[in-house]
Amino acid sequence: MGWLMEDARRWRAFTSMIVLLAAGWTWFSRVPVSVADAGRIPSPREGFPAPDFTLDTLDGAAATLSAYRGQVVIVNLWASWCGPCRAEMPAIQKVYAANRERGLAVLAVNGTFQDSEADARGFARTYGLTFPILFDQDGAVSRRYLLRALPSTFFVDRRGIIRSVVVGGPMSEAVLQSQIESLLQEAP
Amino acid sequence: MFPILQIGPLAIQVPGLALLIGMWVGLSLAEKEAARLQMDADAVYRVAFVGLIVGLIGARLAYAARYLSSYAADPLSLFALNAATLAPSEGMLVGLAAAVLYGARRKLRLRTTLDALAPAFAVMAVAVALAHLSSGDAFGVAARLPWSIYLWDEYRHPSQVYELIAALGVLGVWWRQRGRSSFGGFSFLLVIALSAAARVFLEAFRGDSLVIAGGLRAAQVWGIAVLAACLGMMKRWNQEVTP
Repeated sequence: MGWLMEDARRWRAFTSMIVLLAAGWTWFSRVPVSVADAGRIPSPREGFPAPDFTLDTLDGAAATLSAYRGQVVIVNLWASWCGPCRAEMPAIQKVYAANRERGLAVLAVNGTFQDSEADARGFARTYGLTFPILFDQDGAVSRRYLLRALPSTFFVDRRGIIRSVVVGGPMSEAVLQSQIESLLQEAP
Repeated sequence: MFPILQIGPLAIQVPGLALLIGMWVGLSLAEKEAARLQMDADAVYRVAFVGLIVGLIGARLAYAARYLSSYAADPLSLFALNAATLAPSEGMLVGLAAAVLYGARRKLRLRTTLDALAPAFAVMAVAVALAHLSSGDAFGVAARLPWSIYLWDEYRHPSQVYELIAALGVLGVWWRQRGRSSFGGFSFLLVIALSAAARVFLEAFRGDSLVIAGGLRAAQVWGIAVLAACLGMMKRWNQEVTP
């Protein structure tokens, strides 16, 4: 590059050409506005619509994620034998109780295919959980959400978009509150 | 994609492992480069280490500051480290400032120190690409091409592979030109400029870009700014040596 830098005009021309090419490419490859926030397929990743599911709950009803559109939803994948799940569940309950009126919902999806309904029920009773406990009997939701580690938590905004993912735990009340605060402040 | 390496009961997060190995290889190369540049290799190593540690702490504190009321009520949560609870931009700034201050205190020559650290930056870019490849992050835009990969329910550009090839290319260019720099700081500027140019080009194939006004991708706009700044500084620093 020495010969380029030897001459000020040559260097200016080179720099201008590079920057112009970069700017042109940036303009050419811009995202069409219609694609910027639409047409994305559901996927368990930040910025994607949360994959929908319907599962039986602990009280015998059925819960569907998309039915909670308009609310901020914490989707927590857990199992009763998982230590970090046990450690973070009281914090989730507290944050849920404190923010329920502001539009927070929690769907706690128990990996029943690697746990048991009886243990999950005992767990919910022990910790006094008041949000819906869902049974993933065949692991379909865990697979759909590409479960890598327990617990895994997905923070879904009011439009049904996953805004952050926390793999592992335990999460404290402060971490949970920090994750949902800005989502709750968004208009329904 | 290969996010978890299961060794018996041990589940190792491959992206984290790739970053750790990258950090280790990068810092080792920086040490060797510092010795080649007749600098105090230990001091250069410490500059990078201080930057990393202070950057990490800064990223954590900056995140907590954003949600002060939550963390004030539960200060012990500050120690519950999770990648989702870091503020990366603020951390980078704080880490950079700490490294510069530490280097100035140790009376290290800024441009030569940057040259010594250039391979660390290049290797870290390779490590980040490998981390993306194993986790499936930084994924490509949907496309049906003979070399597309099936990821996240869609055939996509293998953007992580592009990123890896570009990062290896930058590392290769650094390797070939080392020892031939005409002025202090050239290796560093070259690595950063090439990395920025690669980002501007490859960001177009990403399916997870942060989009700003007019559909422009934020990373490309930043990339152009960094590229222009590097080219400007190359000329300026070269003029100081050969007016």
